[in-house]
Amino acid sequence: MSNWSWEVFAEAFPIVLEGLGITLGLTIACYLFALIFGFFWTFLRRIPFKPINWIVTWVMEFIRSTPPLVQLFFIYYAWPMVPVVGVTLDPFTSAILGLGIHFSTYIGEVYRSGIDGVDKGQWEAAKSLNFSTKQKWTKIILPQAIPPTIPMLGNYLIIMFKEVPLASTIGVAGILHMANSYGAQYWTYLEPLTIVAILFLIMSYPSAILINKLEKKMNRRFDKKEALNSSKGATA
Amino acid sequence: MKGLTITITVLLGSAFFGYLFAFIAGLCRLSSNIFLRKFTGFYVEVFRGTSLIVQLFWLYYAIPMLFGIELGSNWWAGVIAIALNYGAYMSEIVRGSILAVAKGQTEAATALNMSRFQRMRLVIFPQAVRMMLPEFGNYLIQMLKATSLVSLIGMTDILYYGDIIRSSNLSQAPTVYILVLFFYFILALPLIFLTRKLEGISKKGVAN
Repeated sequence: MSNWSWEVFAEAFPIVLEGLGITLGLTIACYLFALIFGFFWTFLRRIPFKPINWIVTWVMEFIRSTPPLVQLFFIYYAWPMVPVVGVTLDPFTSAILGLGIHFSTYIGEVYRSGIDGVDKGQWEAAKSLNFSTKQKWTKIILPQAIPPTIPMLGNYLIIMFKEVPLASTIGVAGILHMANSYGAQYWTYLEPLTIVAILFLIMSYPSAILINKLEKKMNRRFDKKEALNSSKGATA
Repeated sequence: MKGLTITITVLLGSAFFGYLFAFIAGLCRLSSNIFLRKFTGFYVEVFRGTSLIVQLFWLYYAIPMLFGIELGSNWWAGVIAIALNYGAYMSEIVRGSILAVAKGQTEAATALNMSRFQRMRLVIFPQAVRMMLPEFGNYLIQMLKATSLVSLIGMTDILYYGDIIRSSNLSQAPTVYILVLFFYFILALPLIFLTRKLEGISKKGVAN
């Protein structure tokens, strides 16, 4: 422990903390983007035309099984060079797009599992009540499909929070970037990087506990409903 | 694309150590020794609570400064960081699967007068492992994606070479990165099929 210096720690702390706003802001922006874009994937996969379905499935698989870091580099460095559609994006926007698209494929799967979990009778009921497609989705299916997925969506928020420091590689000035530049300047990586690790731990651990609690609560709620249903079936 | 070998060796190294750490930590968390349980619990929470890229930098830059020891090379730093991180995630799967084996199995093994070790090795473990398989496959793909981070600590993997070509010829950037993405995808394809197969294996012959 000979090289640990509290003075450096105290000096680096406010500098690293400056990046916190950007890290949090980027996390929320990416998350919102992924939440919205996730719907896009879910509905694309529901198109009942085999070739489109097949293509969408493989595109999702492609995005999910390749590293987000490379995707980030692609959007930041390569996108401006692409003919016709290429535009130069600033680091922050590229990070939102890169990480947002990457995680939207996961979020899309979460939505899908939620929609698949809706009882078949509900679809039939919507049809027999002569609901329009829009009414069916907004009034019957989605209100039942989304709440059970909330714990899973929360988990993805924490996962994304931990992936956001990747954006420091393209120059978004989050906490990791601040720590690295401090380290490069004074040649002491130890303290600033430790601060970053501690900050992550402080924020992600309580939220993980919170999500856990939420999950248990949700499970209880939905189990109860199911138990009620089955007991009804038994007596009838 | 000479970087392919580096990416593959890092993947194999971190997969091996990752599974090793996962089993050790997962079993330790089920131990009756409270000290061991708390200690591994702490390890799991720390590595799950911080991000991999931070751990990687920390191992690479901070550990040599803190203790004055070198990890040997950046290969080891990368492998250990990925293995510790995913080992922590996977230890939860190990723990969950062992706990999910029906309690009657433990009781039956006790009734057959098996020792604790026999019980775990012959009865509980084989059943738990098959539950772990699909998740382990998924994490293998995750680890493949994570190997791209080692280029940040100066290892010459696929992405590193991609970056070099890009910086020498800027207009080639789209081709280069698409090529890199496809390389990763081709590496991931067998893993995707493996995962599907493992899912089939773990479902086979199991009621409900």
